[in-house]
Amino acid sequence: MTRRTGMEIAFAAAEAVALCKPDVVAAYPITPNTHIPEHLSDIVADGRIDADFICVESEHSALSACCGASAAGARTFTATSSQGLLFMAEVMPIVSAMRLPVVMAIGNRALSAPINIWNDHSDIMSQRDTGWISVFASNGQEVVDMVIQGFKIAEHRDVLLPLNINLDGFQLTHVVEPMLFPDQEEVERFLPEYKPYATVHPDRVVSMGTLGMPEIFNEAMKAKDMGLINSKKVILEVWREWEEQFGRKHEPIEAYRTEGANVLLLTVGSMGETAEVAIDELRDRKMPAGLLKLKLWRPFPLEELRKAVKGAKVLAVMDRAVSCGGSAGPVCAEVKSALYGEPGCPVIVNYIIGLGGRDVTAEDFIQIVEKAAKADKEKPKEAYEIYGVRGS
Amino acid sequence: MLEIRWHGRGGQGAVTSVEMLALAAIGEGKHAQGFPSFGPERKGAPVAAFNRIDDKRIKVRSHIYTPDVVVVLDSSLVGLVDVTEGLKDDGILIVNTAKAAKQLKEEMNFKGTVATVDATRIARDELGVPITNTTMLGALIKVLKVVKLDSVEAPLEHKFGRIAQKNMAALKRAYEEVKIS
Repeated sequence: MTRRTGMEIAFAAAEAVALCKPDVVAAYPITPNTHIPEHLSDIVADGRIDADFICVESEHSALSACCGASAAGARTFTATSSQGLLFMAEVMPIVSAMRLPVVMAIGNRALSAPINIWNDHSDIMSQRDTGWISVFASNGQEVVDMVIQGFKIAEHRDVLLPLNINLDGFQLTHVVEPMLFPDQEEVERFLPEYKPYATVHPDRVVSMGTLGMPEIFNEAMKAKDMGLINSKKVILEVWREWEEQFGRKHEPIEAYRTEGANVLLLTVGSMGETAEVAIDELRDRKMPAGLLKLKLWRPFPLEELRKAVKGAKVLAVMDRAVSCGGSAGPVCAEVKSALYGEPGCPVIVNYIIGLGGRDVTAEDFIQIVEKAAKADKEKPKEAYEIYGVRGS
Repeated sequence: MLEIRWHGRGGQGAVTSVEMLALAAIGEGKHAQGFPSFGPERKGAPVAAFNRIDDKRIKVRSHIYTPDVVVVLDSSLVGLVDVTEGLKDDGILIVNTAKAAKQLKEEMNFKGTVATVDATRIARDELGVPITNTTMLGALIKVLKVVKLDSVEAPLEHKFGRIAQKNMAALKRAYEEVKIS
């Protein structure tokens, strides 16, 4: 039976992992994800799950241990944040190329320097092209759902790819709120036992992650890319099954009050919830504004985006990371590329907000929408604006 | 929606207060958030923590700038930190102090409701330590009636185990002794 419980979201992520009965968890603590592996180590020590918790000396070792464990056929989980994810970077594309379904939670945090422990999306955006499936949660419930869905998607025979679940540091990780937890039986009905395609074993020798000469490398990369693109079919299928069993709908891009909207906001992560409050306020003022919440980051939902923006005059894309010296923030660059040449494509404006934990209020979104609404008459001079910079 | 800001010093358990209150409200079927000030917490330094409580799902995830209620765990913070910053004019200020509510209200020139309780004395009596987070929760419950007294028992049991009953006793005493002006 489903249980409604209040809990800190990082702890809830750990509880959701425990419901999936992982075989191996390897992690190294870094704020703000620390409570996830900390609580998992308690769960393992209390004997609630029969898993090996590997205390490693670094994030590089954490993901390396997960890589090895997954190659041996274990259901494997890790978690990290910020510089910790960067320290994993060397291993990230190896795990995906070896088609190992490691599941990772990322408590998103800014990158140093200056040293900053608070939220933005610079960490995951730096790992955008490593071949992992990447989803963003906007509240605690989505974290719980996405962890359980995550193992099913990653381990699906037609996918076999690692998957990361992004939850905003502090804004989500450290918030106590109510969530619905399925019971063990329900999770087991949803999530089948992991049956690996191939495993390393001393008696049945296989090679993984071998040398790829120029003659084979293009093909290997094409195969990896196809694997990620094709995973979308399974992601949508798993989300449909989730809705059938648990009644909660998940979509690659979720639309909120978009009917007849001239201006659309597009957000990623927990800021989407605050943005809903802004849209309600704008609708009360008879301003036709709507919201798109991007939940699936990789593989990027091209068709869904093209459909979702139809009819809008202006699309204001919110980024929580800077692509220094680039043409737009990482999300906006993707959106522009996806919509280039599309008939009736809206004017696209880009705001970079909430860097390093800078608070983003509903009032900020209202101001952004009001500003963006003028963009179809008068194009902004700059390709993107870092919103709320003092002294500029 | 009710928005509450808690002021304390690092180590006094303000974060535990917001956690206990949020869990009590959630246990009653309400919606609630409890979160820290997200600062680099240091023992003894002024810290803040926050609650939102509502009957419907809470969407907003930004900081709290205009709370309905402010709770001060440590009276030495009054004057050091602007504890009434952003507090609504008809808001409620609940302070751990031996001073009478009326006196504090006059001293602070605050127009809303002021409630006081000598939580440090109660905590010393009941817990043997001057940690007032659970004690002040009792005062808050009496003044706001936002959750039932019984609803904090289960979260306290879960958090404190064998010392939960002592915390509950301190909480109940503050519930009885808090004075409102």
